[in-house]
Amino acid sequence: MFEMIADGLIYNLLALDSANHWAQALHFFVYDTLKISFLVIFVISLMGIVNSYFPIDKVREFLENKKLFGLEHFLASVLGAVTPFCSCSSIPLFIGFLKGGIPLGVTLSFLITSPLVNEIALILFLGIFGWKVTLVYAISGILIGTFVGFFLSKLGLESYLEDWVKEQLKQKMAQASITDERNFKDRIPEIKAEAVDTFKKIIPYVLGGVAIGGVIHGFVPTGYFEQYMGKDNFFAVPISTILAIPMYSNASGVIPIIQSLVAKGIPIGTAIAFMMSVVGLSLPEALLLKKVMKLKLIAIYFSSVAFSIIILGYLFNMIL
Amino acid sequence: MIIKILGSGCKNCTKLEAHVREALQDLGKTAEIEKITDFAEIAQFNVMKTPALVVDEKLVSFGKVNEVSEIKTFLE
Repeated sequence: MFEMIADGLIYNLLALDSANHWAQALHFFVYDTLKISFLVIFVISLMGIVNSYFPIDKVREFLENKKLFGLEHFLASVLGAVTPFCSCSSIPLFIGFLKGGIPLGVTLSFLITSPLVNEIALILFLGIFGWKVTLVYAISGILIGTFVGFFLSKLGLESYLEDWVKEQLKQKMAQASITDERNFKDRIPEIKAEAVDTFKKIIPYVLGGVAIGGVIHGFVPTGYFEQYMGKDNFFAVPISTILAIPMYSNASGVIPIIQSLVAKGIPIGTAIAFMMSVVGLSLPEALLLKKVMKLKLIAIYFSSVAFSIIILGYLFNMIL
Repeated sequence: MIIKILGSGCKNCTKLEAHVREALQDLGKTAEIEKITDFAEIAQFNVMKTPALVVDEKLVSFGKVNEVSEIKTFLE
């Protein structure tokens, strides 16, 4: 359907030549913007409903009551994946989990997976790369959170929390919990307002990503990257991962770019490593975490996540 | 009445504040509105999602930008 609209608009209405680079770029732009917007609107509305009925305090309660010999890391990671995540809430969430008695390692499992695997990334992956890549992506994101959190819990990093956080953890206080008894109809305006807000927030990233993706699509010759960043280039994965750390975007902005890169010869593992690093590790996030963690903890956190992403990148290049 | 808006200062907090002011105006009430941006202070209220709304030291809502009509029920 989106293909038809894009075809009609670019090749018929504007009568551009389909061999023209600009026309190809424009076609990509129109097609991807429509498709991504449609998918994003669908998924944020759905998640808005889920979120209204299954808020974060329920997630925490769930984790508090589970002591599962290491499996709690997996559980935290899965919950991190399904919980809609806003970076501006990551600090209160972090404190809230710790105060609720959830160990630091388990909290980190949640925190690592949350931006890495999220509903928007998954639906876009599904729409663009198909279910196989999506499934592999989701599983590996969850495994990164599980194992890195588990590994970090063995290091005893509690002493690297900022002092005010340690102070907070000494106090035991009744947990905030508010029961919302409104029916679905009453919740609709709120769910709608939030979905519209989320959409407004991510649409610039989508447009930016699609514009860059479109230019790559229209102007870079097919297979161009193969000679530099192909599977046989051993350094491609670590370089893409590390280069991506200072970059910040969300999944909807990165996916159209990697879609084009993959089409032009970048191996999918390298592309996924790049994407995971962009969405999972970023400078703004580090600055935010600096408020609760000492630099050493952030460094350990970031380097172990980056290391796992690199390993996964190699693995994907081998199996996909 | 003292109303506290908890949140690190992102867009949603500003929006919530506007809704609170509108609700107050509709009800013809006045209140002191404080914006709490310090994470340590926010943590005192045990909220995990911001923005959150505190009326006279009692937490009434968190994790969302409430509609004006809902805020009115908190203020009555």
